[in-house]
Amino acid sequence: MKKTLLAAGVAAMMMSATPVMAKTLVYCSEGSPEGFDPSLYTTGTTFDASSKTIYNRLVQFKPGTTELEPAIAKSWEVSDDGLEITFHLRDDVDFQTTDYFTPSRPLNADDVIWTFERQMDKDNPYYKLANGSFEYFQSMSMGELIKSIEKVDDHTVKFVLSEPNAPFVANLGMDFASIHSKEYEEQLVDEGKPEMANQQPIGTGPFQFLNYQEDAAIRYQANPDYFRGKQPIDNLVFAITPDAQVRYQKLQAGECQVMPFPNPADVDSMKQNDDIQVLQEAGLNVAYLAYNTTQKPFDKPEVRKALNMAINKQAIIDAVFQGAGQTAKNPIPPTMWSYNDDIQDDQYDPDKAKQMLADAGVKNLEMNIWAMPVQRPYMPNARRTAELMQSDLAKVGVTANIVTYEWGEYLKRAANKDHDGAVILGWTGDNGDPDNFMGTLLSCAGVGTSNNVAEFCYQPFEDLIQKARTLDDQDERAKLYRQAQEVFKEQAPWDTLAHSTVFMPMTKNVTGYTIDPLGGHSFEGVDIEE
Amino acid sequence: MLRFLLVKLAQLVPTFIGVTIVAFAFIRLLPGDPILLMAGERGISAERYAQLQSQFGFDRPLIVQYWDFLSGLFRGDLGNSLVTHSPVIHEFMSRFPATMELSIFALAFAVIIGLPAGVIAAIRRGKTLDHTIVGISLTGYSMPIFWWGLLLIMLFSGTLGWTPVSGRMSFIYFIQPVTGFMTIDSLIAGDWGAFLSALHHLILPAIVLGTIPLAVIARQTRSSMLEVLGEDYVRTARAKGLSSYRVIMVHTLRNALISVITVIGLQVGLLLAGAILTETIFSWPGIGKWMIDAISRRDYPSVQGGLVLIAFIVMIVNLLVDVAYGVVNPRIRH
Repeated sequence: MKKTLLAAGVAAMMMSATPVMAKTLVYCSEGSPEGFDPSLYTTGTTFDASSKTIYNRLVQFKPGTTELEPAIAKSWEVSDDGLEITFHLRDDVDFQTTDYFTPSRPLNADDVIWTFERQMDKDNPYYKLANGSFEYFQSMSMGELIKSIEKVDDHTVKFVLSEPNAPFVANLGMDFASIHSKEYEEQLVDEGKPEMANQQPIGTGPFQFLNYQEDAAIRYQANPDYFRGKQPIDNLVFAITPDAQVRYQKLQAGECQVMPFPNPADVDSMKQNDDIQVLQEAGLNVAYLAYNTTQKPFDKPEVRKALNMAINKQAIIDAVFQGAGQTAKNPIPPTMWSYNDDIQDDQYDPDKAKQMLADAGVKNLEMNIWAMPVQRPYMPNARRTAELMQSDLAKVGVTANIVTYEWGEYLKRAANKDHDGAVILGWTGDNGDPDNFMGTLLSCAGVGTSNNVAEFCYQPFEDLIQKARTLDDQDERAKLYRQAQEVFKEQAPWDTLAHSTVFMPMTKNVTGYTIDPLGGHSFEGVDIEE
Repeated sequence: MLRFLLVKLAQLVPTFIGVTIVAFAFIRLLPGDPILLMAGERGISAERYAQLQSQFGFDRPLIVQYWDFLSGLFRGDLGNSLVTHSPVIHEFMSRFPATMELSIFALAFAVIIGLPAGVIAAIRRGKTLDHTIVGISLTGYSMPIFWWGLLLIMLFSGTLGWTPVSGRMSFIYFIQPVTGFMTIDSLIAGDWGAFLSALHHLILPAIVLGTIPLAVIARQTRSSMLEVLGEDYVRTARAKGLSSYRVIMVHTLRNALISVITVIGLQVGLLLAGAILTETIFSWPGIGKWMIDAISRRDYPSVQGGLVLIAFIVMIVNLLVDVAYGVVNPRIRH
């Protein structure tokens, strides 16, 4: 009896002495971040480690969608002429308190103005430090679009634009527009070490930075002062694991709970594993074969359509994407607003394709198919895709030669207006706006660049997308984009090949994770069930 | 000995200059433009392209760029990475201890197993044990590192759960780097748990990286021992009635070691090369993985700086091997 009592006593003591274990989520990330200042970089790996965890933006994309919702700005309004956008900021947003910085005030309009000034004002010390290398800001033409930014009061900021631009607000939800602390960065400048902002970041986001062991791990802890409340997990670790097979092994061994970018071939076995759940969603991307529409015989829409009908896209999905994708019929993915589902795709029909080519007077056509040398989220294997196309085209009497170059060279040559044949390429959306696909990839302004490799400049299409860009009403814009997709299908500057599927394997005890259609990985609201 | 050292050091100078030329030219000979790669599908305007070219100094004649690189090298400045914007020397030094620690453990594994295996095979020449050792070492030598690494991970980490899959230490520990060697830093911090975790994480990558050197060392030891065992003085030693142990350990092994030391020295270069694949499989944060990333991004300063530093290390190790020869065999000094 004494022994039993003693054992019970010891057990009770042990239980009371057991500390409440901190909840740690380990994410097997695919690579090392280039730094922690998202304005300087363009890769998703860096954004996951910086903007998605440490920072917030004025607006954000509603989790799992491409719709905008308030973030640091609680509301905004656009002037009638579309030239002024006024943002009303929340007054309860604090910058993170860490070992290296203690903020003396909450976020205000000065921080918002500072965030954009450092990317566009040549006199700003951060502009000088980076030599103006804010590539994303520049590639979205933000410097030309923003005429001025005015502080109306401590919690109101007005952006004055040089021309009406409907996608502008969505641009502010992108990673490069993450809000920096003016107080912290000025302090670093005063201390003569401004570059530390890229190594010891301060933001307002759900997690705050603890440390980074290069190429090994990044550690964060939940921000106790986060304006949407402290996160359910206490610690977040990014375990940098470049090999997909090894990530899967780590997930199975319980060394991490979430992993991105599985090998498509492993997905089935993951789905059969009792301890693993696999979330999946159509990616916000498109892979295409772009004909050089300025070159004979590809200058004729009927020839382009005939070639499209000669290529068996479903066979490409089965063989190259191994089912992890769907055939594309439009230049924008189906998850994007304004997607026109009424469009009829050109059906695979080699006999009809042959007849159409003969009707167009095309005989013994020999053409180049460009196969990218790299794997991209929208295209797992361009070489294999090109081989399948080559065999399909041979059946209609077209001889296709596959050409490829080193990736930088490929883009450079494809940007040349006189490049020969048809180019396999693709795009992943930046901001969920249809203009980011149709305006960037198919407008007259893109001719002669690696964006519009079809060299497509067709006035009826151009008029529609230009008009849509200036309107503020989303329903009106959607109507124009739907029409633009009809024109696109008639003209067929591309063979729209595929939209790939995004898979996100994680252990079954992870809850609250949502796949971001824009390709980012955010752990806000994610929990681990005990 | 001092003269011997000075001659060896003087011989290194032209080699080093040659290395800088090769390192500088190598990355530039590869097709691909770092600025276009950075821009990707998003493209870049001609104006911005020209601006970045001038900012990185790529618009200047190659000879001027090489001179800048060389003069920077002598000042200890290897430039900044085009990708991270951090100094290359910092990027290299923060990762080098991880590669060094892995290589030391891999080499220790290779020597501790390979040397006795070679000696035993030589003593048991023609017997089953000899055939077994020769067979295993041939298999080890032909093993593709990537496949071997994944196989071991699947067996020991996946199925048996004995070893961690990858990384340098469990995430429950965080040790402030002092030397950059996790095993040493954890001891400095007095954290035994972290020390054991670091050792535990070293087992599989050290075995994978050490497999080929082990095979090479075992084969070299065996053939070298066989050669020396056939020498007249060994026969004389045996005839004098010396114990087998003394004949082998004192008279044979010491002389056989000369060529084995050469081979061990050469393994250092191979270990650094093998580290590239091993580090990728085991997510080991060393210079191998860093170099692969730098090459794929055409990060000129990182690649040329990294290559020169690696070549410098290999040269120093080979110098030390030459000195070790001098100790083992004084005739070489002359």
